[in-house]
Amino acid sequence: MMLWNLIKEDRGGQILLLLLAIAIIAVPMLNALPPDHALHIPTYTVALLGKYLTLALLALSVDLVWGYLGILTLGHGAFFALGGYVMGMYLMRQIGERGVYGHPELPDFMVFLNWDSLPWYWTGLDQFWFAAILIILVPGLLAFIFGALAFRSRVSGVYLSIITQALTFALMLAFFRNEMGFGGNNGLTDFKDILGFSLQARETKVGLFVASAVALALGYLISRAVIQSRLGKVCVAVRDAESRARFLGYRVENVKLWVFTLSAMIAGVAGALYVPQVGIINPNEFSPLNSIEIVVWVAVGGRATLYGAVAGALFINYAKTWFTTELPDVWLFALGAIFVLVTLFLPKGIAGLFRRKEASV
Amino acid sequence: MCALGLLVLLLCAVQPAFAKSDDPVLLELQTLLISSNNQDRTKAIELLTQSQHELAFDIYGLLLEGKFFFNRTDNQLYLVDRAEAGQSALHFLDERDVVIERPRDFRRVALNNAQRTQIRRVMAQTGLTADSSKTRIKAVRQMMGDPDPEALSLIRAAYTSETNDKVRDLMAVAIAIDTLTQTDEAAQRDAIDTLAASLEPRARNALNQFVSQTENASLKELAEKGLIGIEQKIKFYKGLETVYFGLSLGSVLVLAAIGLAITFGVMGVINMAHGELIMIGAYTTFVIQQLMPNHIGLSVLVAIPAAFVVSGLVGIAIERGVIRFLYGRPLETLLATFGISLVLQQAVRTIFSPLNKTVETPSWMSGMLEFNPVFAITLNRLYIIIFCLLVFFALLMILKRTALGLQVRAVSQNRAMARAMGVRSERVDMMTFGLGSGVAGIAGVALSQITNVGPNLGQAYIIDSFMVVVFGGVGNIWGTLVAGMTLGVANKIMEPWAGAVLAKILVLVFIILFIQKKPRGLFPQRGRAAEG
Amino acid sequence: MKQMNKKLATATCALALSIAAITAQASDTIKVGVLHSLSGTMAISETTLKDTMLMLIEEQNKQGGVLGKQLEAVVVDPASDWPLFAERARELLERDKVAAIFGAWTSVSRKSVLPVVEELNGLLFYPVQYEGEESSKNVFYTGAAPNQQAIPAVDYLMNELGIERWVLAGTDYVYPRTTNRILEAYLKSKGVAEADIMINYTPFGHSDWQTIVSDIRRFGGEGKKTAVVSTINGDANVPFYRELGAQGVSAEDIPVIAFSVGEEELSGIDTAPLVGHLAAWNYFMSIDTEANDEFIDTWHAFTGDTNRVTNDPMEAHYIGFNMWVEAVNKAGTTDPSAVQEAIIGVTVPNLTGGYAAMMPNHHITKPVFIGEIQSDGQFEVVWQTPSTVVGDAWSDFLEGSKDIISDWRKPLSCGNYNVVTKTCSGQNFE
Repeated sequence: MMLWNLIKEDRGGQILLLLLAIAIIAVPMLNALPPDHALHIPTYTVALLGKYLTLALLALSVDLVWGYLGILTLGHGAFFALGGYVMGMYLMRQIGERGVYGHPELPDFMVFLNWDSLPWYWTGLDQFWFAAILIILVPGLLAFIFGALAFRSRVSGVYLSIITQALTFALMLAFFRNEMGFGGNNGLTDFKDILGFSLQARETKVGLFVASAVALALGYLISRAVIQSRLGKVCVAVRDAESRARFLGYRVENVKLWVFTLSAMIAGVAGALYVPQVGIINPNEFSPLNSIEIVVWVAVGGRATLYGAVAGALFINYAKTWFTTELPDVWLFALGAIFVLVTLFLPKGIAGLFRRKEASV
Repeated sequence: MCALGLLVLLLCAVQPAFAKSDDPVLLELQTLLISSNNQDRTKAIELLTQSQHELAFDIYGLLLEGKFFFNRTDNQLYLVDRAEAGQSALHFLDERDVVIERPRDFRRVALNNAQRTQIRRVMAQTGLTADSSKTRIKAVRQMMGDPDPEALSLIRAAYTSETNDKVRDLMAVAIAIDTLTQTDEAAQRDAIDTLAASLEPRARNALNQFVSQTENASLKELAEKGLIGIEQKIKFYKGLETVYFGLSLGSVLVLAAIGLAITFGVMGVINMAHGELIMIGAYTTFVIQQLMPNHIGLSVLVAIPAAFVVSGLVGIAIERGVIRFLYGRPLETLLATFGISLVLQQAVRTIFSPLNKTVETPSWMSGMLEFNPVFAITLNRLYIIIFCLLVFFALLMILKRTALGLQVRAVSQNRAMARAMGVRSERVDMMTFGLGSGVAGIAGVALSQITNVGPNLGQAYIIDSFMVVVFGGVGNIWGTLVAGMTLGVANKIMEPWAGAVLAKILVLVFIILFIQKKPRGLFPQRGRAAEG
Repeated sequence: MKQMNKKLATATCALALSIAAITAQASDTIKVGVLHSLSGTMAISETTLKDTMLMLIEEQNKQGGVLGKQLEAVVVDPASDWPLFAERARELLERDKVAAIFGAWTSVSRKSVLPVVEELNGLLFYPVQYEGEESSKNVFYTGAAPNQQAIPAVDYLMNELGIERWVLAGTDYVYPRTTNRILEAYLKSKGVAEADIMINYTPFGHSDWQTIVSDIRRFGGEGKKTAVVSTINGDANVPFYRELGAQGVSAEDIPVIAFSVGEEELSGIDTAPLVGHLAAWNYFMSIDTEANDEFIDTWHAFTGDTNRVTNDPMEAHYIGFNMWVEAVNKAGTTDPSAVQEAIIGVTVPNLTGGYAAMMPNHHITKPVFIGEIQSDGQFEVVWQTPSTVVGDAWSDFLEGSKDIISDWRKPLSCGNYNVVTKTCSGQNFE
């Protein structure tokens, strides 16, 4: 009942959760059908859908801070990538002796660079529970420190956007460095299994898909819970009139800080689910352009609706897959045109399109 | 380049002389040069040197320029300016003139580094008596490394009659290096003094070598003292050089950012397509060079207004077509302009291909301004620093001293009030954005001289540009200048000990922390406008 | 409201269905996957290779295709996005059922594709020089391993030019790191002192080379003949060479030998100040053989542009493609396992007048050429190895890998077999 309250007034959310529920049940079933069956969904497609869902979760986390807090973050890809790297490190440790050099402990790239022991920050990551904690903790901590600094000193607006961009750019350059011990440009790859299940197995892929769908649903509910709470109301107040909220006695910094940290954690989880499904994590995920792209998904889907962010992420990524297969030369033209047209004609995004109709009915 | 004209001259001058097809030296030269064996080309150069043929220097010149080709179909040697279909090839020994049909039939007689050095050494010896002091300095430098004892005696001979102090000093160093290896102690002492006063790398090497070999303690001490003095001077000049490098990197950053300081800083448009406007400026330079291939030196100057106009027009189109609908929604301009940047990038890929384009450096921009052997500044960078300052002050004048500038400032500070006072804010917006874009185009011309001209050019500079503007303080172009220069110098000071990657990371971390301290940059805007 | 629900639902269904729509075509063509980035940062290099593959396939079809069937190229765009490389490879193998994939350029893109081709037992022909330290049952490395490029290049500099001091400059990623480590070990084994080696790494796309070039100049001015071994990648090269030219570093003072700069990269640079600098490759466009002439003519005809250049990775694709065709003919099927078995030992002519053979370690034999840059953007060969060099998957100069060998023939069938511990690690099928 409490859950229902969260989405009672949120039609889009209801539909989204319903679709996710259907997907969680139907996709594994359809995937289990014999390959020549008309409704069979190939495992390849399942993994692809799983990837889209993790990106949707990432978009959701951005919408939480941008839509409801008014912080245009151009660095959320950093939290996503950090979560991904923690997962990647866990997966690397699972390879064990199956690496190309057969070293029992060191990942291949370390043997390759003549390291004789694991760096300290790799310890403990062979345990899933520890990795799971770090997946939330590392992005959360970074966001907390960064936010504490930035919000206390009242950095806002464009300045904040630019320093989030600087943050992810600095991290990208740092992770490119081989001395950092994260595999440099090649990143982490060639994973074998997760929790003892082979990543190549069909069941694992379906499992990861289901996990992504569940994570998205949970992320959605958590975000709704935040928005519906008193905190959420304050958030909107901060977004719309920061000074006024401050004069009314709200600790604006704290509100911003907590929501920003939560959002970073959600992004981290999204990254952690993304990595096993695509099979590689590399510093490019930190690239500032990626982070801008995420913001664009949210804008295309519709800001401050949450489900809009999800829809936007799914739409753009599907379009990317389709265009780069069918019309590679046109892809950037199409993507660019979508951005321009959406900002000009659909300021509320795809979600706004439906809402307007809703209002007119 | 004017190589074409030069060649025509050269060809005309030498043609009648070459037409002695019975000259045994030239005949043998032809056989040696068309051989596919590398050794034969070395032999050919030796032959020419030994024969002291009257045409030797002309032939050296043509060899260095790579104008000799051998025709695979008739196994003959030709002089060719450009191996392209339709160009004519001139036979080496008689006056036959052949039109090239298949360029691949003509293979260049190519030299390797050793052979080029060999020729340059020979040519240097005549350079000692050249009229230009620069040529003489070059010749002495070249000969300093020549183990040939004859070279030294040539220098000694020239030393007595040399009038230019610089050349004389250099010759003295060359002689001192030799004296150091002799056994006369007094002369050695003098030689050490001469060498210790010189910053020539070869002088230092000679001293170093002397220190490690000599058994004479007092001489050794003297040489060591001299070396310490040299090291100190080198250190000083290295510091100077670092500052210069920093300023030059800074001026590149300022140039890249200054257009943004207007579109973003003054107008509040988060213009993600700024990098692409720079790119358009660079491509304009490329196109201009294609249009006037024989006036490369001029082309860069022509490109400056051209790039301003092209980028400015594209900017105005963007403003009229998209941005004007988005005023008051600054963050959404980010999305729309990001879309535009993708379209522009892909458009360039479609029109010009994804490959980088060659933009030549005009001869007046290449070369170095040498203060001494360890401190020289590159001319292209110097011009860019000057250019950057010119652009900056021109912009400052426009903003502070013209009616447009007044209106721009009025609109950016309070749009409604400005409109009420009769300012046509729409027109001002258009002009301002056009101005900012045009300046970005000008930056593209400068960048085309130091980096790639390709579809990714803009992306490489967009983040840095934003950092500079934000660090300096949005809305203040003085801030942009100071910020760009500061970041440039900071980067270059850190680079030697931190490495290029870490230096960049540290600069970014520094910006992040700095913004915490001063949330509105170095030069914050004051008053109500700042609240917007 | 209801209307909206319906719309959203239909849209989502349509979306899901169109993803799911996989049509199993009964085809009478053999499909060949081409996996090169056509957009993004790598498009600059990879687009040419896509065109090369299309040309090779077209030529093969003119000669009647393979096994009596026509070949069909399936071109996809991984958009310079590394996870997308894996995704696209999977798509090619699972959905399009391609017989072989020709593609990838960067090491990271190969590493991304690797698990996919191993899982689905596909074939990948990788045409670019790389750092070695890899041998997969499913990958054929038709570009150079470090011993087919870097080591002969250093030998040339040391023996022919008398170089005594070395600057190893590279972009900070795995290929330069590994190559430089191998070279460092090799140089030390030749008696070069630590103080005579300077190693420098820069980020991707580094554009301000003032300090580094000035350091190189200073390092080279200390009396010993110095050379720069450059593993600088892609876009960073233009500003690097420009700075060399601006600071007056000529090839006669300090030659720079590059492993990643070929004809295509030079076509974007004003080469006048670069004349005499060097590159080491296994192919140069200027090499004068009939096969090369024919290849260049075909390329010009195919692209309709007589100014287009050819380069080393193109030749690698030429060799790789011909080897695959030969192996398929030999095996009588395109089945990957059969082709893997048949291709070892296959020998095809290369474009430089010799032959390339597929070795049991899935690397090929290549001649090594050193070329000097000419003012027209071409290279003039100044030195070449007396015979072809066998690609070495595992470097003899690295601690971790000197005991490892690779042999995909039975009975060993192992890409990384440690001859000391007598164990096979990594991908192990049997």
